[in-house]
Amino acid sequence: MEFFQPSSLREALELRADHPEAVPIAGGTDLMVELNFGRRRPGAILDISRLPELQRIGREGDRVVLGPGVPYARIIRELPDQVALVQAARTVGSPQIRNRGTVGGNLGTASPAGDALPALAVYDAEVVLASTSGSRRLSWRDFLVGPKRNALAPDELIVSVEWTAPRGPGSFSKVGTRNAMVIAIAGMGLQLDESSRSLRLAMGSVGPTILRAPEAETFGAGVLDEAGAWSNPGAAVSATALARFGELAAAAARPIDDVRGTAAYRRHACAVLARRALAWALDDRRLRAA
Amino acid sequence: MLVRLNVNGEWREAEAWPGASLLSMLRDDLGLWGSKNGCEQGECGSCSVWFDRELVCACLVLAAQADGRHVETVESLAAAGSLHPVQRAFLDAGAVQCGFCTPGLEVAVADLLQRDPDPTEETIREALSGNLCRCTGYQKILDAVHLAADRMEQGTP
Ligand SMILES: Cc1cc2nc3c(=O)[nH]c(=O)nc-3n(C[C@H](O)[C@H](O)[C@H](O)COP(=O)(O)OP(=O)(O)OC[C@H]3O[C@@H](n4cnc5c(N)ncnc54)[C@H](O)[C@@H]3O)c2cc1C
Ligand code: FES
Ligand code: FES
Repeated sequence: MEFFQPSSLREALELRADHPEAVPIAGGTDLMVELNFGRRRPGAILDISRLPELQRIGREGDRVVLGPGVPYARIIRELPDQVALVQAARTVGSPQIRNRGTVGGNLGTASPAGDALPALAVYDAEVVLASTSGSRRLSWRDFLVGPKRNALAPDELIVSVEWTAPRGPGSFSKVGTRNAMVIAIAGMGLQLDESSRSLRLAMGSVGPTILRAPEAETFGAGVLDEAGAWSNPGAAVSATALARFGELAAAAARPIDDVRGTAAYRRHACAVLARRALAWALDDRRLRAA
Repeated sequence: MLVRLNVNGEWREAEAWPGASLLSMLRDDLGLWGSKNGCEQGECGSCSVWFDRELVCACLVLAAQADGRHVETVESLAAAGSLHPVQRAFLDAGAVQCGFCTPGLEVAVADLLQRDPDPTEETIREALSGNLCRCTGYQKILDAVHLAADRMEQGTP
């Protein structure tokens, strides 16, 4: 096994082009488990944890730019206004895991249970990939092509994750058997966008990859419209409408039975999580307006 | 490959397989057995160390990634030959049974108290969520954290 430790992105991309068998390692919280248990024996490892180019984090105008190598602990500290992502980051593993694990690694692994992914989906985030021959920009949807499968080519690295900073409340919640250190049985991201008077809902662990719930989104935005709640955050939204929103979310799920939970339980969890997420967002807007 | 790193203030080096973890280097090559190997998958926290001052699971860091870096292990806690207040509190509170989780927990607790000398119960539970103990039921560990926090605040050992 060979080991490469480039100190610049350029050098890393050249190594990637010359050694397509080399597996990148960032925080190592997914890859090390596979190495420790002998589930994977790559011909070479490419350490990308020292590339300053992958450590960017912050705003560029109305865009949020997140380097794939930034660990969750820094996201929590440095992007406090990106609430859905911060809440997702806070649920990842334990302090030890959050000090190392990265969004680049979450995208690289592309598990349907990756907690950062529903947040990226409600931001309609773009994933920027680069190789020695240039770069390309994919929507999160085109990047996450299936369970544990993504659109990364063997000579590419994820170099940035970017989205337009939303104006409006957002959240991430998940159901699991414990409060910490748990792989989600169902995960839910919600983002309200005051500018376009729309909302976006994304679900994890309930399908082959992250799923948006377009019918719930249209219905939810319509409910706020009818109640006049977009302009008047104090306007009441009925419990029936919230429940219907949850049902539509559950209907968009494509869950399976597995060791963590049954499909029926997952569907139920989606309905509850979506309903609560919208109720929280409405409360949030009321409090802000008051 | 040769990996050279600063462990507990001293530069050390060892020949490591490129796929080896920092934990295996510490234990097998450098003779530092304080960090325990409980799961090798980041679940139990018994291998907790500081890696460039951040609390991490040594089993999830590649030894090669630690080249040129600073690592502090549980062995650094009692450096001056006397126990660290966290270690003393674990003994006094009866927070040690089989002791397998203890080194990792003590590092995690010391890390917490460095950042938050007077943590709430909720903060403690959150900070220790990556450390498993199969013996104590955790209550005595929580007692030990409070005891250590009180003593460190008062400057008593
Ligand atoms: C105990 C434990 C608990 C966990 N809990 C959670 C949890 O609650 N929620 C959750 O979502 N995940 C969890 N995980 C999984 C893991 O922590 C996350 O998926 C994390 O985001 C992985 O990031 P990393 O930097 O450590 O990835 P790495 O292990 O370094 O890499 C993972 C994959 O991504 C690739 N990769 C990384 N960066 C790039 C890049 N820039 N370009 C191209 N490819 C790249 C690597 O080649 C590798 O295939 C947990 C893991 C452990 C061990
Ligand atoms: S041995 Fe590292 S977390 Fe269990
Ligand atoms: S004392 Fe035995 S595992 Fe904690």
